[in-house]
Amino acid sequence: MSIEKRSSAFEYAPAPESRSIVDIAPSYGLFIDGEFVEAADGRVFKTVSPSTEEVLSEVAQAGAEDVDRAVKAARKAFEKWSALPGSERAKYLFRIARIIQERSRELAVLETLDNGKPIKETRDADLPLVAAHFFYYAGWADKLDHAGFGPSPKPLGVAGQVIPWNFPLLMLAWKIAPALATGNTVVLKPAETTPLSALFFADICRQAGLPKGVVNILPGYGDTGAALVAHPDVNKVAFTGSTAVGKQIARTVAGSRKKLTLELGGKGANIVFDDAPIDQAVEGIVSGIFFNQGQVCCAGSRLLVQESIQDELLDSLKRRLSTLRLGDPLDKNTDIGAINSEEQLARITTLVEQGEAEGAERWSPACELPSSGYWFAPTLFTNVTQAHTVARDEIFGPVLSVLTFRTPDEAVAKANNTPYGLSAGIWTEKGSRILAVANKLRAGVVWSNTFNKFDPTSPFGGYKESGFGREGGRHGLEAYLDV
Amino acid sequence: MPTNAPTAAHSLSDVTSSDSTLRRFLHGLPGVDAVGLEARAAALGTRSIKTTAKAYAIDLAISMVDLTTLEGADTPGKVRALGAKAVRPDPTDRTTPATAAVCVYPDMVAVAKEAVAGSGVKVASVATAFPAGRAALEVKLADVKDAVAAGADEIDMVIDRGAFLAGRYLKVYDEIVAVREACGTSARLKVIFETGELSTYDNIRRASWLGMLAGADFIKTSTGKVAVNATPANTLLMLEAVRDFRAQTGIQVGVKPAGGIRTSKDAIKFLVLVNETAGEDWLDNHWFRFGASSLLNDLLMQRQKLATGRYSGPDYVTVD
Amino acid sequence: MSDRLSVLKTYKLYVGGKFPRSESGRVYEVTDHKGKWLANAPQSSRKDARDAVVAARKAFGAWSGATAYNRGQVLYRVAEMLEGRKSQFVHEVADAEGLSKSKAADQVEATIDRWVWYAGWTDKIAQVVGGGNPVAGPFFNLSSPEPTGVVAVLAPQESSFLGLVSVLAPVIATGNTAVLVASEKAPLPALSLGEVLATSDVPGGTVNILSGRTAEIAAPLAAHQDVNAIDLAGADEALAKELEIAAADNLKRVLRPQPVDDWFASPGLDRMTAFLETKTVWHPTGSLGASGSSY
Repeated sequence: MSIEKRSSAFEYAPAPESRSIVDIAPSYGLFIDGEFVEAADGRVFKTVSPSTEEVLSEVAQAGAEDVDRAVKAARKAFEKWSALPGSERAKYLFRIARIIQERSRELAVLETLDNGKPIKETRDADLPLVAAHFFYYAGWADKLDHAGFGPSPKPLGVAGQVIPWNFPLLMLAWKIAPALATGNTVVLKPAETTPLSALFFADICRQAGLPKGVVNILPGYGDTGAALVAHPDVNKVAFTGSTAVGKQIARTVAGSRKKLTLELGGKGANIVFDDAPIDQAVEGIVSGIFFNQGQVCCAGSRLLVQESIQDELLDSLKRRLSTLRLGDPLDKNTDIGAINSEEQLARITTLVEQGEAEGAERWSPACELPSSGYWFAPTLFTNVTQAHTVARDEIFGPVLSVLTFRTPDEAVAKANNTPYGLSAGIWTEKGSRILAVANKLRAGVVWSNTFNKFDPTSPFGGYKESGFGREGGRHGLEAYLDV
Repeated sequence: MPTNAPTAAHSLSDVTSSDSTLRRFLHGLPGVDAVGLEARAAALGTRSIKTTAKAYAIDLAISMVDLTTLEGADTPGKVRALGAKAVRPDPTDRTTPATAAVCVYPDMVAVAKEAVAGSGVKVASVATAFPAGRAALEVKLADVKDAVAAGADEIDMVIDRGAFLAGRYLKVYDEIVAVREACGTSARLKVIFETGELSTYDNIRRASWLGMLAGADFIKTSTGKVAVNATPANTLLMLEAVRDFRAQTGIQVGVKPAGGIRTSKDAIKFLVLVNETAGEDWLDNHWFRFGASSLLNDLLMQRQKLATGRYSGPDYVTVD
Repeated sequence: MSDRLSVLKTYKLYVGGKFPRSESGRVYEVTDHKGKWLANAPQSSRKDARDAVVAARKAFGAWSGATAYNRGQVLYRVAEMLEGRKSQFVHEVADAEGLSKSKAADQVEATIDRWVWYAGWTDKIAQVVGGGNPVAGPFFNLSSPEPTGVVAVLAPQESSFLGLVSVLAPVIATGNTAVLVASEKAPLPALSLGEVLATSDVPGGTVNILSGRTAEIAAPLAAHQDVNAIDLAGADEALAKELEIAAADNLKRVLRPQPVDDWFASPGLDRMTAFLETKTVWHPTGSLGASGSSY
């Protein structure tokens, strides 16, 4: 008996991850001094699932008074926390790492619900990296004497940390793990569209028995973050987010003794030479700009392709994009999830319209968008030059601008021709070309024959207007030590 | 579209005019980054195939099995049993599809042919001094002709890995062309590279193109007789090759991973590779096969599970 | 003492390897600590600052691209040249800071030794602050320090030579190029240093030296979009805050002024790492023989 061929041969049936593993409360408070509390002025805001616009929960919104309360709690906790032997601090962090591993499926589903990114990513990328980051910095807590910052380096005090919505829990880990390992205490503000995983993390801190006040979580909007970084009793400010806000924070802390690290925007160039391993390059390009719907500061949002292979590469790329599966983020087979918010969707839409108006050629695979929620189809722009807005502005969405070059020199010149300097990619089978080009690129992370790889041991951060300071690795300790 | 490609596509015909042009062509193919290739194969391996899609995939996989016995101890009785199993894999459920073929040594072709007579199940025969391929060309051709004369529908030849690794690509090419000729018009030719011995992904890509240029109807990973046989990564790479070859020449070539695929879960992963790399045109047993033996029973047990909702056990499938 | 009338030196800026006057044509009086006239120094304008940035940017490629060994040789050559002109600098430092000859000699000798210290660092700092990262995957991953780019350096106001070199040398040892604003009231040792650098194989534009009103020159430097970092050592609290705010426009790396009790103390690494970026380069490794076909 032979098999009847279907019209579309191999449709994957829906394979949704179970939502029942996570229990989202109808409301959440601020987490201050080990307790969930209401905001002083009683304000709350709603957080929605961007794939359905369903309201997930109502969350207390921290104001200036709450910031002050949280900073006081962190200051009070600092004395004992910083005086603990490093080996004891380490054990708290190891506990946290382990609890995150235990609860990783729950947290992955939660993150997917609140952020809109595919479960495949939260399950296979975000959560493993979160646990690994705590595990890595846990080990540093009692080894700081040997970290290359002199004997007995001291913590700074209270760290005010403001994180974005694109990797809510991972960015929290990047901020909190090194801060606690080095003996600081923390007041952290998650993004207003993705507060839930940070509040679940508060619960993990309680499960781990972390002393009260060591970690404080203040959901809120930009004004909450502004109050936090401006608070006079904050010793350290760490921010991940847009370059415009980063500059504002740099002005705010000017003239103070606050130590500042900023991890900001990017317009990463992914350079494909004519001798590249093409199939892997196509995968790297796809991961570079469509991972997390392109809402990644280090996205490879500019494809610089050697003119001699442009047609071949674009054909391959378009064929590959046609296989991307967009839809329910909880479905295990979804490659492209929802855009995080209505506001972000509007920004992407505006920039893409501008790209078309400026004469770039727009292409998307045939792709049906769900009727509710915030969605944007994977998009390519060809015939793009350095002068186009879509080649200069960070779009922070699933939009790739394709430019061409003729020689390695031209590739480097175009890659560097941006105020940003966070990431870059190089695809070539020629080793010396990789090293020569990597050497010339003004970017903090250069992926050669790969893209979007992250590891807690590996320092990450930008050149130029992509910010300063490094997160990850031994380098990441410096931001939280008085050195 | 022709199912057989007895000569190289016209656009590439000058490639095989000499050893040096062939070498230049094969070494000019894009390189393969091993980590990226394996990562892509692994990522596709995380696809979750459930319910109706799973039922479809299991039947499709069953229909793609080249049910194989290649033992020194093979007897007519063993081969007849295998043939019966190929024709009716699950005697308790007649809706179960037949396998694509049985695969035997040349001296067992006649027996196999009789066992599957009238069923549509093909008889494939390994030939060319399988599995090592270490014999004179005349011996290999005699081996092929013998199998074809006995009625083989398909010939699974091995390439001369020694010549390939020594860089004598034209020798490998000429040998495939000669075997192709010996197959005549009736038998389709599967070319086995023994990827485990070629060792590098770059070599597997070159061998794939070499085989397709020489007229292979199928390219096949392995004999099943070495340590490393079919893997998701080397199969993905060969699927890329047939995809690109068709784009360039219009000629479609099939792919057969063989050896080491034992579970339904594995088989479905390979089908996902096919679906998302070469595409649905290859999701048919004319273009994709599994060289396997124990895989079939696992597919049957999974099929029973889907039908009944209970997990099945080895006593509920036949051991042939 | 003879009756011979000495030849006075016309102090000039040092920009792009040349010795221009201020484009503004302005000079200001430099006196010793007792108010005695020593010389007229160029009073740089915002355009001089701009020219210096252009020169520093132009020089950046070659200086940052030179081998670390070569930069070490050049810095050591500076020490050699200074050693030969020690008495001139002792004289200038004594006048500038009101020090005895022997105290001034201590300063100059420490300054020469500081060049030697940094000459040795050029080809070691990368090993101390960079290295391989043991990432959890089949990747080779290396973090290396790289110079930030063009660094504006406001030299300390009090320590006219030792302080000056202590802030300048780490900037160029690490491959940056510098626009150096000399101590406002004691700029002469800095301007003379330009003459030494010009004869020490330091490529033109690597170090550019401006004299004048610190606040006037620093403002356009802090706001300049093609300056990557600024060392505020020579700014007072109010000026430092103002400059730090201006520097945020292109997110310059800012080294805030820090009290220095003793410029003789061992400098440590901080002034080098302040102006180094960390670049991390990844490449897949593959794993030999792990699956028979994995490379």
